[in-house]
Amino acid sequence: MHPAFSVVFFTTATGAGYGLLALLGVLGAAGFIEPDFWLGLAGVGLALGLISAGLLSSTGHLGRPERAWRAFSQWRSSWLSREGVSSVLTFVPAGLFGIGWIILGRLDGWVSAAGLLAAIGAVSTVCMTGMIYASLKPIAQWHSPYTFPGYLIFSAMSGGVLLDALLQGFALGSAILSVASALLTLLGWSWKLATWRYNDRLEIPTTANTATGLAGGTVRSLEWPHTEENYLLKEMGFRIARKHAAKLRRITQALAFGLPILLLITALVLPWPLSAMSSALAAIAQFAGLLVERWLFFAEAKHTVTLYYGR
Amino acid sequence: MTHRQPRGANSAPSQRPLADTRAPAEGDGVDTSPDVSDRIAKTTCYMCACRCGIEVHVKDGKVRYINGNKDHPVNRGVICGKGSSGIMQHYSPARLKKPLLRTGPRGSGEFREIEWEEALSIATERLSAIRRTDPKKLAFFTGRDQSQSLTGWWASRFGTPNFAAHGGFCSVNMAAGGLYSIGGSFWEFGEPDWDNTKYFMLFGVAEDHDSNPIKIGLGKLKARGAKVVSINPCRTGYNAIADDWIGIRPGTDGLFVFALIHELLKAGRVDLDYLLRYTNAHTLVIQEPSAAHDGLFARGDDGNPLAWDRVAKRPVSAIDADANPALTGSYEVDGRRCVPVFQLIADRYMEHGYSPEAVAGRCGIAAATIRRIAAELAHVAFEQTIELPVAWTDWAGRRHETIKGRPVAMHAMRGISAHSNGFHTCRAIHLLQVLLGTVDVPGGFRFKPPYPKSAPPGPKPSGKTVKPMTPLDGMPLGFVCGPDDLLVDDAGTPLRIDKAYSWDAPLAAHGLMHTVIRNAWAGDPYKIDTLMMYMSNMAWNSSMNTVETIAMLTDSNEAGDYKIPFIIYSDAYYSETVPFADLVLPDTTYLERHDCISLLDRPISHADGPGDAIRHPVVEPDRDVRPFQSVLIELGARLALPGFVKDDGSAKYADYADYIVNHERTPGIGPLAGWRGKDGAAIGKGEPNPDQLQRYIDNGGFWHHDFADDQRYYKMANRSYLDFAVQMGFIPKAEPIVFQLYSEPMQRFRLAARGHGRVLPPETERKRIETYMDPLPIWYMPFEEAAVDLEKYSLHALTQRPMHMYHSWGSQNAWLRQITSQNRLFVHHRTAAAFGLVDDDWVWIESINGRVKGQIKLIDGVNESTVWTWNAIGKRRGSWGLKDDAAESNRGFLLNHIIGDQTSADAQGKRYSNSDPVTGQAAWFDLRVRIVKCTDEEAGFTEPQFERFHQPPHTEPSPDILRFGAEFRHEREAAE
Amino acid sequence: MTCLPAHTDKRLGLVIDLDTCVGCQACVTACKEWNTGGHMAPLTDIDPYGGHVDGVWFNRVHSYEHITEMGGRTVNFPRSCLHCEQPACVTVCPTGASYKRASDGIVLIDEDKCIGCKLCSWACPYGAREFDTDVGVMKKCTLCVDRIYNDNLAEEDRVPACVAACPTSARHFGDLGDPMSAVSQLAAERGGVDLMPEMGYRPTNKYLPPRAHTQRAASVPAKALEPVKAEGGFLGWVDRMLSS
Repeated sequence: MHPAFSVVFFTTATGAGYGLLALLGVLGAAGFIEPDFWLGLAGVGLALGLISAGLLSSTGHLGRPERAWRAFSQWRSSWLSREGVSSVLTFVPAGLFGIGWIILGRLDGWVSAAGLLAAIGAVSTVCMTGMIYASLKPIAQWHSPYTFPGYLIFSAMSGGVLLDALLQGFALGSAILSVASALLTLLGWSWKLATWRYNDRLEIPTTANTATGLAGGTVRSLEWPHTEENYLLKEMGFRIARKHAAKLRRITQALAFGLPILLLITALVLPWPLSAMSSALAAIAQFAGLLVERWLFFAEAKHTVTLYYGR
Repeated sequence: MTHRQPRGANSAPSQRPLADTRAPAEGDGVDTSPDVSDRIAKTTCYMCACRCGIEVHVKDGKVRYINGNKDHPVNRGVICGKGSSGIMQHYSPARLKKPLLRTGPRGSGEFREIEWEEALSIATERLSAIRRTDPKKLAFFTGRDQSQSLTGWWASRFGTPNFAAHGGFCSVNMAAGGLYSIGGSFWEFGEPDWDNTKYFMLFGVAEDHDSNPIKIGLGKLKARGAKVVSINPCRTGYNAIADDWIGIRPGTDGLFVFALIHELLKAGRVDLDYLLRYTNAHTLVIQEPSAAHDGLFARGDDGNPLAWDRVAKRPVSAIDADANPALTGSYEVDGRRCVPVFQLIADRYMEHGYSPEAVAGRCGIAAATIRRIAAELAHVAFEQTIELPVAWTDWAGRRHETIKGRPVAMHAMRGISAHSNGFHTCRAIHLLQVLLGTVDVPGGFRFKPPYPKSAPPGPKPSGKTVKPMTPLDGMPLGFVCGPDDLLVDDAGTPLRIDKAYSWDAPLAAHGLMHTVIRNAWAGDPYKIDTLMMYMSNMAWNSSMNTVETIAMLTDSNEAGDYKIPFIIYSDAYYSETVPFADLVLPDTTYLERHDCISLLDRPISHADGPGDAIRHPVVEPDRDVRPFQSVLIELGARLALPGFVKDDGSAKYADYADYIVNHERTPGIGPLAGWRGKDGAAIGKGEPNPDQLQRYIDNGGFWHHDFADDQRYYKMANRSYLDFAVQMGFIPKAEPIVFQLYSEPMQRFRLAARGHGRVLPPETERKRIETYMDPLPIWYMPFEEAAVDLEKYSLHALTQRPMHMYHSWGSQNAWLRQITSQNRLFVHHRTAAAFGLVDDDWVWIESINGRVKGQIKLIDGVNESTVWTWNAIGKRRGSWGLKDDAAESNRGFLLNHIIGDQTSADAQGKRYSNSDPVTGQAAWFDLRVRIVKCTDEEAGFTEPQFERFHQPPHTEPSPDILRFGAEFRHEREAAE
Repeated sequence: MTCLPAHTDKRLGLVIDLDTCVGCQACVTACKEWNTGGHMAPLTDIDPYGGHVDGVWFNRVHSYEHITEMGGRTVNFPRSCLHCEQPACVTVCPTGASYKRASDGIVLIDEDKCIGCKLCSWACPYGAREFDTDVGVMKKCTLCVDRIYNDNLAEEDRVPACVAACPTSARHFGDLGDPMSAVSQLAAERGGVDLMPEMGYRPTNKYLPPRAHTQRAASVPAKALEPVKAEGGFLGWVDRMLSS
């Protein structure tokens, strides 16, 4: 699949944003966080900023973005529509949560309820995003048991690392959260490794034989229906060399998982503000790493239509 | 009878509309009944040479849609990939817009626009001077046009013998091979009996000749489960769907056929009765080596060939229907030893050298496979015979209660034709058909009227005497029957610029267009003044040896004058040839013109009856262009050519449409056969009918006559058919047409080579004439193969046109070029492995004539010693309205660059045209190559590269985006 | 409405005969020609005369080499929308632009509702969806919904353009939901197959596999030829035949 930057950024940014929003909502409601104005502004602002930037970016993938509102109508059948509805609905409690926290300076009562609702909305939206990919049968690497949990795990992980960095930045860091973030990152790492392992061993029942109905033997593409690349090949015929992919996987592991864990643990033993810098670096490295991971998520996904083109 | 089919080819129950075509109440707002067109014009397609009937839907003055005409005898409603893309040809940005006069150097593409009056004046002045002095200094060669009865007649009225169309480099071997053997041939001359055949053999046919009829026919065979056997080095297209693909080595089909004949003879599986009735198998051939009549037929006092009556034990007329002729033996007639033709056939082809084992290696076909095919042929021909319950009467008045058929049909085309041994191979295939008794019988191969004609047909080529201001005494092209008919002077020098009908190419029935540029450049046999061409891309894909051809077109003498002094060219598009013209006469598209597809030329008949057709303007030109035929008629009038002017010197015909209706070649016979006579009641012969074109238009653009049931088969000997053919003017007399298994005209050339006769070949030509003018089919190694180092050039190289571009140049067509804009060289994967090549590698393809660079694609379905590519995809930058980055000029390549236009020098140092020595057919497929991997720096782009052509004045850049059809939708939606 | 109809009255579709298709591209351009002025007009071509030409086509013909132990065969393979019974391209559509008609089962796009998110093209395993970058919407085969019911065409012409054009009769059209229809019978008789049945999309269109190297292949029960057993060999045989 073609790794369009708009979509790569969209899922990475909203994943982190919703993760952060969910954690802020839950932890805020649970009283783990003080209703500090600047923390609220930075935290809720960052979460909603990432979400909004991601959603805006996703409209860049649309042919007719001015009609994007139509996407809320088919929630009964379409995960994409559900994602749209969920993301917009989540803005309501998230907005109230932000207003309560930042303007009213409180995290109790209806604000905590809004926080919880925002967290539910955030988790639900990430679920929808995960399901968009997990439900696509033509792409075996996505239509796998790893995709849906993966989206949730990466969202929680990147949200957690972001929250940790935020709290560290306000000198409110908690070792528990840092350790939890590191553990989440470790979980994410394991999950990604398991996903890759699963994908690399995937035996896809769909072959050039079943695609053409020609049973037995081998089916080789002789000529395409057209000389130059068409939409299908541009959108779904993306190919990545094995060597290149291996390199990018290593970069992913270093940036998204290895380095953040190292930095998070380092932050535990460093004095402020060095601990804050370390945590911030962890978040930045992870975000960059996840962009690479998401790029690979597309680049390594093989759509069945490529079978028709001998790819 | 099975010939009466439902309307349209695609009319099986599974291809019909729904039982109820009322739109269901879906409620989704879809307009299921949009308005399609304001009017429908029924005319004839011209996207290739097939001449299908089309319905052009015109909406708001624009062509909305083109589909097949269900009533049309050629395509019965279907339409091919090209036909449906006609819109893009019609609206191509490469269309010429105005007459052009060259301003820059030839080949640069620098022109200025001129008015038609100036263009016609320039042409008239030039041509008039030629005609006043030496008319043969005009060489007039046309390409894929369908108006040769006009263009040939124009040339003859002008007085130049130097006329031909593209047949010489297309398929003259098929035409001549057939016409000299059975008085008909494949494609326009005949067709398989698709409805009845049970076993179909397809030799050397890619998409070529013809398109939709073969496809419709294959569909019928597939629907009936008849067996399809293809003999072709390439397993694409029609060959892909064969039940049996025989991946033969190029140029060895003749051997393969001889081996089949060998097996059939040995097993006694030949139709002796058929041979006696319809062929010269029993005709006595004089066997007196070194005598002047050796190898000629023994003839009676009346001049008729003789046969030996087994019962009466004496010579009798070979056409005596009551005789009992012998097919074998040796007899004394008038003191000369004579043997029947069949004895010679048996003697030759039963030789061990033609056994399956002997030919298997050369052909690349297992002997067991050859034997199996022979057995299958025999089985179907003799065990699965069919009989139609229709009584008919033969030429001798014998009544037959049924029509018997041997349901084996064959079709062959360019894979056979385009070799230097193609003429004989074609004759070999006809010999096989005739031995099996499958010509013009139910289930076999059938003639299309006006064929069969006598073998060879009537008029001889004219042009022996060329005088100023004097028309020729006949048409430039025809059929020679011996050396006396050749167009050579006393020294044996050719009289025609293309050397047709000379010792180089005695039976050159279609001329040798592919030799004209070289000969005109070299002044061999003489210099010409003006080369006038129409619709043939001679500076690119229609020439062999393109690089040198371009050099010859632009070469000048010491005085700085071009060696070919003046070139007039007419084309509708900015092709690679236009920039080499001094004067360009822009033609219309096929939807803007009148045309006639005439029985005098290449009609649209099918085996069940004759037909012809017209084109008529569907839309008006939006440019200052004129149909070439009308321009030619106007030039004829300006030059005051006899036949083109009235007695008072005024123009006889206003334009081509006027000519089509009113021209009479002989009294009562004109370009169109339908609705003749003042009231339109006559067919074939009759006075001109002023309403004729309208009658055609009313009938869907064509005329077709359906035979009575008893006229459909055995046309070579069917009294009812022969009478009809005489009445229509197809043949002069209702005499049987005897298949010439042994060709006496060819033997006359051999005798000349032995020094007998009035017209003798120069010493240096005698061996060649003796060898190749064999009266029975022979096989010899294709010339290039015989001449080159086969270790070095170990591969055959072939081209085919892709189906969606067959017989047309599709690269200016926005739709067709998307399908193929880069051609690859297809290489068998084992062959590639042996050369250390992998898929997508860039290679040099090298022949003795040069090298060209392209990208390979590995393939399984090809003869392992053969590589091939799609032809004419490679284009020159600056042509056809293509942008500079188009794949056609950057990655596509033209194999023509490395196909020599001459043979290697022989012992005397003479180089002949790279052609069949009998007919002059261009031997495109003799090419031998090797492939060498490019260096990394060389990969990714084709070579040779050529300078970009300048664009004609006022050329708009081709559009970056095409939204064709949006306007129809807007109109519809606005109307709602 | 992107939920699928529980039942369609008809299941209109195509039967494509791979044993007969010669790969001539007739269906391809006939489709292009009709549809570029039809319901989803235009079928835009980007850079039509340049090096990166990319057009919208509803029907494309591939060629393959199918190599088995029995031998090799070149197979021309037309590919277009299969009008599936379980078309995920429809259910994933967030706007209701994509839908499956309850009456005849045709899968269509309402262009005015399409936002060009391209998800339907991801959801289609067969590559049947074509994005028009110029208009910014997805387009696809309509099964010539503007032909098959079109009162402005002669009754006999109310079939999809590709079927009308096909010179080898390799394309067939009808109601595959009716087991008695000619297309259903043809598919049954010739062992018509679904493409990618494992995907569970339940395509309506059926493909008839090539017959070569199968029991359905055309064959001639010919016995090996034997030399004539007459005295005097072949020539003796000829004489005897003529005398009899």
